[in-house]
Amino acid sequence: MPGSQTELAVETRALVKVFGQNRAVDGVDLEMPCGTVYGLLGPNGAGKTTTIRMLSTLLQPDGGTARVLGYDVVRQADAVRSRMSLTGQFASADEDLTGQENLVMLARLWGFSRMQARSRAEELLHAFHLEDAARRQVKNYSGGMRRRLDIAASIIITPELLFLDEPTAGLDPRSRNQVWSIVRALLAEGTTVLLTTQYLEEADQLCERIAVIDRGRVIAEGTGGELKESVGKGTLLVRLRRPEHRPRAQEILQRVLSDVTLHQLLDPAALSARLNHTERVAEALAALQQAGIAVTEFSLGRPSLDEVFLALTGQPAEEKTTEGEINH
Amino acid sequence: MIETRQTTVPVPQDIQEDLQSALFLSTRPPRPSPLASSMVFGWRALLKIKYVPEQMFDVTIFPVMFTLMFTYLFGGALAGSTSDYLQFLLPGILVQTVVFLTVYTGFGLNTDITKGIFDRVRTLPIWRPSALVGALLGDAMRYTIASIIVIGLGLLLGYRPPGGPAGVLLAVLLMLTFAFSMSWIWTMLGLILRTPNSVMGVSMTILFPLTFASNIFVDPQTMPPWLASFVDVNPITILVTAMRGLINGNAAGSEILLALLVSGGFLAIFAPLTMHFYHHKK
Repeated sequence: MPGSQTELAVETRALVKVFGQNRAVDGVDLEMPCGTVYGLLGPNGAGKTTTIRMLSTLLQPDGGTARVLGYDVVRQADAVRSRMSLTGQFASADEDLTGQENLVMLARLWGFSRMQARSRAEELLHAFHLEDAARRQVKNYSGGMRRRLDIAASIIITPELLFLDEPTAGLDPRSRNQVWSIVRALLAEGTTVLLTTQYLEEADQLCERIAVIDRGRVIAEGTGGELKESVGKGTLLVRLRRPEHRPRAQEILQRVLSDVTLHQLLDPAALSARLNHTERVAEALAALQQAGIAVTEFSLGRPSLDEVFLALTGQPAEEKTTEGEINH
Repeated sequence: MIETRQTTVPVPQDIQEDLQSALFLSTRPPRPSPLASSMVFGWRALLKIKYVPEQMFDVTIFPVMFTLMFTYLFGGALAGSTSDYLQFLLPGILVQTVVFLTVYTGFGLNTDITKGIFDRVRTLPIWRPSALVGALLGDAMRYTIASIIVIGLGLLLGYRPPGGPAGVLLAVLLMLTFAFSMSWIWTMLGLILRTPNSVMGVSMTILFPLTFASNIFVDPQTMPPWLASFVDVNPITILVTAMRGLINGNAAGSEILLALLVSGGFLAIFAPLTMHFYHHKK
């Protein structure tokens, strides 16, 4: 039976997925309204992809419940499948076939006749600016072209809900902008979008609401603005001319600003602190000058999502990603 | 690299406009029937032959090689003359060829899984086994081509089917049924094992004893009793016996029935297992 609360595109209660010892998703509660772009934000391995795979019926939950557009993802998987589409993290086209053949194949699977499938494929290839590449094998496509083809393949039948798993990972800025404009166009046409991203900027740019996920749990939820407000008045950013001055600068700032926590940023000459009040900031700058520490930047900003993440998880989002890549 | 230099390119407005028209769908087609969606996957398998013609190597060259090798290397020693041996071997070598080809189904499925296309297909509202059934239908085309090559080569070398063309046709149909059913073992392995190569390795480990410890190459009467008793219950032997009967025009109904029962058994056990793993694949 379809749920009565169809205004919720996604609703999960204590959703759990366990892989061996690893609780990849550890009690996720989400309530995502229809007609929005909603973001799952988190570092690598936070459980975003696992969550999306459960919502798109690819994985069965080990605990809790999930409803998509009012339908249970386990018991009413087929109803869910006919209303949503998934664009996964990895290219889902058949690399040996051409872009056109891929779309025709999927259109046929959605029930179009041979003729209809061809014309639907042409329409989508045109809309996604892939006409010139239509008859080339997908293995010869660039990353941006593949992603566009993947999204085109997801909207052969306009889905009520589209899942986009890291839609812009690994794309150059131009392709990323194209994907963003596609997402906005989809929203304008009435498709609800749930996307995952590790890019804070992306969530901020695209999503009306954001759930921050870390270690399989939602640690914060709200609009970008709400999340930013939740972490205090603003952030002090100090950049020094010489990185070796940082420990002393940190000491001085700590003393003057007393009740703040200073963070060392990836930039070896930079420090940041979240402020609850801003009265002593001028004093802090003077103290640095007296100590003979040259300052190249001293700014007070509204908190960015980066800092929201830092405040919520105790670690900057980027740092985690870098660690993952270094793989030590 | 050229693209990254143009970072100032504005968000293309026309994408938005084109999309709006592309998104406007007046009607939604009805869900395809199980047969229709399976046929789409069969069409995909045939398209692949067009783009990856190398995959036809095993369908064309291998059968020729095996037939020639066994006929001329061992034929004289095993049956007194190569022409007598060919008369015995041909139905068997046909089975050997096709049974080895069935492994590629599992291999191909595993390759699909390691890419994203598998996820896409599993989120579609279609009859769930269609991707697998369709792939097997596409493979049936390959088996047919291989059969034509083996039989054609046999005829060229002097083979004459005593049961005439009808017997050969029925034998090939029986074999295609058997191959379709047995392929579900490999699709299951394709879903369980991690890499395409391990699918290949495990499948070959099963297939070598199964095809050689059978009545494909020699009459089991010369084998020690313990081996002969295995050979007698080997599904490959059962199939080859029925096919020899059909091709030679002296088939017993019970032999054919047994071969069909074995096929049905494979299907009944391994198709549900495959679908279970397909559904629960991580």
